[in-house]
Amino acid sequence: MSKKSYRAAINEALRQEMRRDPTIVLMGEDIAGGAGAPGEQDAWGGVLGVTKGLLGEFGRERIIDTPLSESAYIGAAAGAAATGLRPVAELMFVDFVGVCFDQIFNQAAKFRYMFGGNARTPLVIRAMYGAGFRAASQHSQCLYPLFTHIPGLKVVLPSSAYEAKGLLIQSIRDDDPVIFLENKVQYDEVEEVPDEAYTIPFGEANLTREGRDVTIVAFGRMVKIANEAADRLEKQGISCTVLDPRTVSPLDTNTILECVEETGRLVIIDEASPRCNMATDVSALVAQEAFGALKAPIRMVCPPHVPVPFAPNLEDLYVPNADRVEAAVRAVMGFKAKELA
Amino acid sequence: MAGIIALTMPKFGLAMTEGKVASWTIPEGAMVEVGQEIADIETTKITNGYESPIKGMLRRHVAAEQQELPVGALIAVIADASVPDSDIDAFIVAFEAEFASGHTQEQAEAVPEPLSVDVDGRAIRYLENGREHAGRPIVLIHGFGGDLNNWMFTQPGLAEDHWVIALDLPGHGGSSKDVGAGDLAALSAVVAGLLTTLDIPQAHLVGHSLGGAVALRMALDTPDRVASLSLISPASFGDEIDGSFITGFIAAGRRKELQPVLQKLFKNKSLVSRDMADDLLKYKRLDGVAAALGTVAAANFANGRQQEILHGRLAELSGLPVQIIWGDADEIIPVGHVKNLPAGIVMHVLADAGHMPQMEKAAEVNRLIADLVATGGARS
Repeated sequence: MSKKSYRAAINEALRQEMRRDPTIVLMGEDIAGGAGAPGEQDAWGGVLGVTKGLLGEFGRERIIDTPLSESAYIGAAAGAAATGLRPVAELMFVDFVGVCFDQIFNQAAKFRYMFGGNARTPLVIRAMYGAGFRAASQHSQCLYPLFTHIPGLKVVLPSSAYEAKGLLIQSIRDDDPVIFLENKVQYDEVEEVPDEAYTIPFGEANLTREGRDVTIVAFGRMVKIANEAADRLEKQGISCTVLDPRTVSPLDTNTILECVEETGRLVIIDEASPRCNMATDVSALVAQEAFGALKAPIRMVCPPHVPVPFAPNLEDLYVPNADRVEAAVRAVMGFKAKELA
Repeated sequence: MAGIIALTMPKFGLAMTEGKVASWTIPEGAMVEVGQEIADIETTKITNGYESPIKGMLRRHVAAEQQELPVGALIAVIADASVPDSDIDAFIVAFEAEFASGHTQEQAEAVPEPLSVDVDGRAIRYLENGREHAGRPIVLIHGFGGDLNNWMFTQPGLAEDHWVIALDLPGHGGSSKDVGAGDLAALSAVVAGLLTTLDIPQAHLVGHSLGGAVALRMALDTPDRVASLSLISPASFGDEIDGSFITGFIAAGRRKELQPVLQKLFKNKSLVSRDMADDLLKYKRLDGVAAALGTVAAANFANGRQQEILHGRLAELSGLPVQIIWGDADEIIPVGHVKNLPAGIVMHVLADAGHMPQMEKAAEVNRLIADLVATGGARS
């Protein structure tokens, strides 16, 4: 056990799994160091250095720099997965998924079903998501609701370094296509991460704290923000449960419903655009299955329905923060149903 | 300001960085004895009594109840009644200024880290402290599903006067998850192998639960290497065991499944914190742990019965100082099934303790171990 960054935890998961299983290959743009370029090799390790150091150990046969063509290499990775390899493809910014929708949504996600259960597609697509990186609207989206919408894909949102390592190893060992989304603002966040390999099962929410008054469901990076708000609220005498679903597909609906039944109040914090995101999905679930347990209306803390602003002051206003979560929790605590006439 | 003694926030276990005084059990102005419990210290992992290291008057509660403080911070002051209040005030100001400057904080953080060593092809993790003390070391062996942190209250206390080594058995903690046959012979051979690797000819063994049986087996197999035996709630004294603890521990994948299983270990159920369960879940997720625990459970506790009973061989230990320590409220291995002990083996039954008396009655257990080690020192 030692302190590792979110970036180092992901790198270690890849390294340990590649040592264990020779069928694992990595594919992506600049993940090695620039194919064919003279001079220093392994200079980049991907655009933010996550795969740095792997080329030296595993070589170009397994750390494959691709052309700048997501359509080509995501499709190649899906085909390789269906025919015996276990590829981990790096899509860089998840915003680039638009040019390979068909390869993911119509091909990889469907193989198991279209071939009567005879095909398996052990493919992992890693990509960065999230705002706050001053990278403008084409490099800052969340987009996990898009993948969640497609049956046949598993969608993973690690909220910390510990979670990232265990969930990535689980993703690599899974026999279905997995979309593994890394929040780029979190790469330098550090916590205790075991040196050994370990797995965290899909579809099992993690309660980072348990309280009496309000359930806060938070996704990815927002888990940290929810805990920050819950720390403050604790001092004001309001005790919160913070629920990290870990995976949005599959979604641990049982634990969400149990927590809401215990607290009677629900606040959801989701960094994805507010229409048809995870917050609306969880709201619908709770409204349908646990309406009787609710003591107040559900509150969603989401960004506004606009492209992520490039102006830093506007971007800071865009991303949900602990102040907004705190205000939402106080609002549901203060809710009084209208007196019957 | 001679005669003023600082009591500071203790460090329970490797991960503790801060704690709080949950409650003061002794008021300001009262006389305290060495070893008398004066406060309950609470961490995110566990709550434990804090014992006065010295006799004197508890002059001042510096820490407010429920105030979070870093390890090493001043919590109380002991001084003779003749010391004026103004001296106490000045002492507190000076201590806190120095602590804030980081000087004493660094000292508090200078605690040993666990090491890993290759023992016959397996990586074995151990934590060593008190190396400067003369004499044979005390070796602490945890039980099924445990690790060296089970001794978080034992090791620091004993290390004030002794060289103490706590290890992780194979399949546990940070050691290799290769348990071999996983039976007492295999596990005790690893303990003996660790001592050989560390160039230790003979040690005082302290074993808890399955670790007690491991220690006993080692004393039977290699009597020359054991200076004394302190067996805490040991296995191998009869075939009874709560099999649902073993199966429940192995099966639990979530905190709410694991917590009720862990509560069986303690008389005081509130000692099972979220962090304790989380740490165990993190351990259980490591590659190889499920198989290792399954092998150890099958070898030692198949069908909810203990498989290897060494009770009948105690007479072979003649001359070796042996004591048995048990909690009267043990739900895992019943204290009542220890009968017909050979003369010379002392049984200490501690009131209000479950299966983990070294955590629930740490001070008493530490004193008993130290006392036996003192008598065992004569053996060579």
